Amino acid sequence: MGTAELTGVEVVDLAAIPLRELNRRLHDRADGSRSWRVLNPNGAHAVACGLDAEIDVEIEGHVGYYCAGMNKLATVRVHGNAGTGLAENLMSGTVIVDGSASQSAGASGQGGLLVVHGDASARCGISMKGIDIVVRGSVGHLSAFMAQTGRLVVCGDAGEALGDSIYEARLYVRGEVAGLGADCVEKELRDEHVAELADLLARAGVDGVDAREFRRYGSARRLYNFHVDNAAAY
Amino acid sequence: MSSGAWHPGLRESYLYDRNVIAEIQRASREGIYDIRGFGAKRRLPHFDDLLFLGASVSRYPLEGYRERCDTDVVLGTRFAKKPLELKIPVTIAGMSFGALSAPAKEALGRGATEVGTATTTGDGGMTEEERGHSKTLVYQVLPSRYGLNPDDLRRADAIEIVVGQGAKPGGGGMLLGHKISDRVAAMRDLPQGIDQRSASRHPDWTGPDDLEIKIHELREVTDWEKPIFVKVGATRTHYDVQLAVKAGADVIVVDGMQGGTAATQDVFIEHVGIPTLPATRLAVNALQELDMHRKVQLIISGGIRTGADVAKALALGADAVSIGTAALISLGDNSPEYDEEYRKIGSASGFYDDWQAGRDPAGISTQDDKLSARLDPVLGGRRIANYLRVLTLEAQTLARACGKSHVHNLEPEDLVALTVEAAAMARVPLAGTDWIPGRHST
Repeated sequence: MGTAELTGVEVVDLAAIPLRELNRRLHDRADGSRSWRVLNPNGAHAVACGLDAEIDVEIEGHVGYYCAGMNKLATVRVHGNAGTGLAENLMSGTVIVDGSASQSAGASGQGGLLVVHGDASARCGISMKGIDIVVRGSVGHLSAFMAQTGRLVVCGDAGEALGDSIYEARLYVRGEVAGLGADCVEKELRDEHVAELADLLARAGVDGVDAREFRRYGSARRLYNFHVDNAAAY
Repeated sequence: MSSGAWHPGLRESYLYDRNVIAEIQRASREGIYDIRGFGAKRRLPHFDDLLFLGASVSRYPLEGYRERCDTDVVLGTRFAKKPLELKIPVTIAGMSFGALSAPAKEALGRGATEVGTATTTGDGGMTEEERGHSKTLVYQVLPSRYGLNPDDLRRADAIEIVVGQGAKPGGGGMLLGHKISDRVAAMRDLPQGIDQRSASRHPDWTGPDDLEIKIHELREVTDWEKPIFVKVGATRTHYDVQLAVKAGADVIVVDGMQGGTAATQDVFIEHVGIPTLPATRLAVNALQELDMHRKVQLIISGGIRTGADVAKALALGADAVSIGTAALISLGDNSPEYDEEYRKIGSASGFYDDWQAGRDPAGISTQDDKLSARLDPVLGGRRIANYLRVLTLEAQTLARACGKSHVHNLEPEDLVALTVEAAAMARVPLAGTDWIPGRHST
């Protein structure tokens, strides 16, 4: 079992206790601890997933798949890199990764804020449904695939097929875009978008980046209703 | 052409029959493939091609109206803290709110609950109607993740990861714009009136190794309480079942190509996947090879219509079956009561398959408020309960005739096949012989 430090932070060492015990305690609202430190994650999967309380969880090291998956309310910070499906289906709260994230970061997220200070890989924001994602580095191919709502901010570059089959999500990229996917087009960056971007960057703690340097991308809405004349676009 | 229109000299082509000719003409006119609901309509090897042997001098029957023949089944005994305990081995398959009206979903829940079995959500999430009226509700995790949230995961009784379905293994879904009401759009986080595509792949895992980790995450989120089902369309069934076992499934659902759909291309429905009959045998063998038969439960679906189908699936080794199309027919789909209205929209009772169109006169496959209001969920629930009882009684009748005190005691040895194809696929002898095609002699 972890030890409560004098600071009031509950410390759990995954080298000493099973992941199941950590997640059980994090799910237990009767536990009462509001701040947690997780030591030695060593790439474990499903660390701090399914949280549903206003607690802070600091993870000291790298995590595997689905860290902070389906999170509600909690703030989870990974002082390392994260594997596939980081913060998948995020509902609310904040997930921050100091390093880089593997593919499908923020997949199908419905709310909350995901911040990746390094790079995110392929399919970042795939099927996003309201989540906000800020990536300080670059994202890989097929990011924001079938993205429904929410905002994806990429301070670096984006890979091939950005926003393929996008719905109403808004994409902002500061660097190069290798290619746009089906029905994704560049759109005018108006003042309200600059304000929105500046707010997202500030909330993400990303300094030194000018919101006016971004380009905005979104749906051309040409594929919203199937028509055979558009068959070649699919 | 009615038979009365025939006269000597008129000879219909087998290759180009009237349906083929009409489809070529329609395709040329409209320039788009045919999208429809229902399942495969072609003739396929099925449970009809099997027969029970019944009792004889060497087998002792049970008295039909006196002796017990139990039907209960427990699903999810492998890892879940709270397995599903069902009174009958027939569940309601996943069908979405969106594809179906809210009263239809409610009726399915009511009927299933009345007879002690489970119903299942579908693409688009969980509605209050079905949660409120379903004592046992299986919550699907689909590639689209429409409406997926941890609260509903936790208030579900089991979780079903949908890899594919029998009507369209390898295909996603499409809910056409005219079925997207305000409520459906809100549940799916999409604008009203647009075509809503459901992805064919999950967004955050690919392959069996990832699936194992995904299942682990879902168990962690729900504190290892819920049974986790993995549903696959019947294709490479042997490998899919073994990989699902390896990934940690509690229950595997195998949906044969006769399984229904709300909206899929006809070419997909009729030409992808394998029938339920061979899929059942492949799945059971795959479990037996791993010594996991009865430890990981097997649910078979796709064309289950009668208690005979139920009994034959169980005899081949399934733990339970699921019904979808038959449940909708039970609710009132294709009812003669609406024949005139079916004809107004270019169909007829007994033929209606345009479940994608949202104009269902029976109020089932629609989001139109006026049409939906035609389906009384209480009456619909009663019909479902009646039908499920009949399926169960029929299966019990057959089991007793074979001398079984539980429907799960039925076994392949009780079966013979009517056709060489069915004998090969089900791996039971051709009737009157001891020949199982493909069985290697020793």
